[in-house]
Amino acid sequence: MNSVYLDHAATTPILADALSAFTAQASKLGNPSSLHTQGRAARKDLEDARESIAKAAGCLSSEIIFTASGTEANNIALKGLFWLGRKNGRNVVVISAIEHHAILDPAKWLLDHEGAEVIELPVTSSGVLDLDFLAELIAKRGDEIAVISVMHSNNETGVLQPIAEVVKLAGEIPVHSDAVQSFGKVALNYKELGLFAMTLSAHKIGGPLGIGVLILRRAVEIPALLHGGGQERDIRSGTFNAPAIVAFAAAVSAKSYDAENIAKLRDDFAQKVLAQIPDAFVNGAEAERLPGIVNITFPRTESDTLLLLLDSEKVSCSTGSACSAGVHRPSHVLMAMGHDDISAQSSLRFSFGPSNTAAEVDYVLSVLPGVIQRGRAAVAS
Amino acid sequence: MKLIAAMSGGVDSAVAAARAVDAGHDVIGVHLALAANPQKYRSGARGCCTIEDSHDARRAADVIGIPFYIWDMAQEFHDGVVENFLSEYSAGRTPNPCLRCNEKIKFAAVLDRARAMGFDGVVTGHYANTRESESGKTLHRAVDHSKDQSYVLAVLTREQIAGAIFPLGDTEKVDIRKEAEARGLAVAQKPDSHDICFVPSGDNASWLHDRLGSEVGPIVDQEGKKIGEHKGAYTYTIGQRKGLGLTVPTADGSPRFVLKIEPVTNTVVVGSREELAISKIWGERAIWCGPEVTVEKKRGFVQIRAHGSALDCTYYFDGSNLIAELDEPLLGLATGQAMVIYDGDRVVGSATICQTE
Repeated sequence: MNSVYLDHAATTPILADALSAFTAQASKLGNPSSLHTQGRAARKDLEDARESIAKAAGCLSSEIIFTASGTEANNIALKGLFWLGRKNGRNVVVISAIEHHAILDPAKWLLDHEGAEVIELPVTSSGVLDLDFLAELIAKRGDEIAVISVMHSNNETGVLQPIAEVVKLAGEIPVHSDAVQSFGKVALNYKELGLFAMTLSAHKIGGPLGIGVLILRRAVEIPALLHGGGQERDIRSGTFNAPAIVAFAAAVSAKSYDAENIAKLRDDFAQKVLAQIPDAFVNGAEAERLPGIVNITFPRTESDTLLLLLDSEKVSCSTGSACSAGVHRPSHVLMAMGHDDISAQSSLRFSFGPSNTAAEVDYVLSVLPGVIQRGRAAVAS
Repeated sequence: MKLIAAMSGGVDSAVAAARAVDAGHDVIGVHLALAANPQKYRSGARGCCTIEDSHDARRAADVIGIPFYIWDMAQEFHDGVVENFLSEYSAGRTPNPCLRCNEKIKFAAVLDRARAMGFDGVVTGHYANTRESESGKTLHRAVDHSKDQSYVLAVLTREQIAGAIFPLGDTEKVDIRKEAEARGLAVAQKPDSHDICFVPSGDNASWLHDRLGSEVGPIVDQEGKKIGEHKGAYTYTIGQRKGLGLTVPTADGSPRFVLKIEPVTNTVVVGSREELAISKIWGERAIWCGPEVTVEKKRGFVQIRAHGSALDCTYYFDGSNLIAELDEPLLGLATGQAMVIYDGDRVVGSATICQTE
């Protein structure tokens, strides 16, 4: 067996259509902001791409702001909407406790440097946002809240979040959602959700690295983080990355994600793992989840040891949680779901994609018991 | 063999890992994160566990072509090395944390974990040699005596030595740098690290002061007569002459040296050079790196500092302490340091100095 890649939620192979769109565009001359023939040609390709991404995401093409990453889009949204709200005396930033660091850390930055008050929304033991808490918070302090940011689905557990309900509760308060993991995997429509802002990223769906999107409601003006040539509504200056943008659109249009089959493969895998390792359990098992992600806790192990052992068996997966100086910290997502810091460091995220096969699942299942056994011996040593 | 290479981000451990790969072993590089809150950048010769060092280690592993991981051993390091360093100082002894780290972390926590995971041993960039003998693997000095680190490895048991691989013991340091250069390792000219890695300022006295506080106490002579005041007993070392700030001169004007530090009474005892002379050393917690030492007296060498000289001695084990009788007296020796016995270039064993005479 060649290596088995079960880390599609980190990044997934670029699709053939996206790669050829990328190379074709990269060989074309022209800055899309230039007014001459070559510039106009590049601009046309760029705007075609913008329209097809807008269509897939359920927004106006004028609502799309291209960025260099999902992280950048999240930063623009959270900081920009905070600053916008502060003009009207709103100083509170509300995020969920299970956000990606690309929301957690800008929120902390706003707390440390801009005097924002940050409130984290708790989740249930299945990893779903506590809507009662949010309702109570809005009832009490709704007029102080500048922005609410809740991810569409969690990157570690795959658990889907009740965004439509959040938007309903929020009323006039702007709601942003990091939909990086959901886009292209489950039904997702910006307009139908009633969101103010939403984040997408190309490389999670077979597009290239280095291109993200912030969808921001039409005619909303927020302060920029990057100042320069005034591209993208003056909110995100910088020469357009035309090859990455057209490749992103090509990945969107390819519609290569067979959610049903991927979920079937994932469920089959999880079921067999639990049969092999009786005390293992799936995090967020009761909740509605993305088709490709399963997060499993293996009690009495340490996830970084398991990663090393699986890697040496040619199986690539992840903890899903962030590294600090290369050291895995207990997952804040699992902690928010009620794990203690030991069990929050005993979990692995397996994320499936279109390239995975049943034979690969069988192979992983053939090496996993030995890996868990050695991992447990290492903890006991 | 399947081996874990401990990679600090320095040139020695990088070349050691590369040599282990060349020798045909299946090697995985591991950087030990020993600081709970690592600094971003290294400063001078200190801080071997900064984020910059872990990047250097990762880059070296990538160039060598081996997998690389970071193991978080910060808690183990704090409990086993830093806490011990502090408690030893509070008890008036002068510990060597590098020995302690080898004993408790590199060849204990790491080796145990490696073995449990199915690896056969640990490769490090220490300058030392091992040889196969009838009684198992024995530990020996490195060819490059100026870089020899057998002293800080003398706390390893035979069982630990059996799982230790030191690929650099046969080479001079200058050639290791050349080899690193030839292998395309960017760390080839990185400065050597010395000093204590968890004291980033390099100022041990003020680091200890911040953690242990300091109380003014008396400096007394051998008769117990107070002749001055000190600003915290642990900032002094045995044999120290300068910086005592004594107000009462000796009758003949001869200099005085620190003879003893008594932590319970917070007293520093000073005396003449003659009183500093030591001819017999007792060590507790003896560890044998090879065949056990018995009551039978043997001739050999004792070393009492990491880069100190090997002193001619007669040594034996009285059932509880390792004892070395020196041919020539030695001036100034702090308890808490390690005494390491050599038979030629072979490390016989070590013990923690608990008494001198």
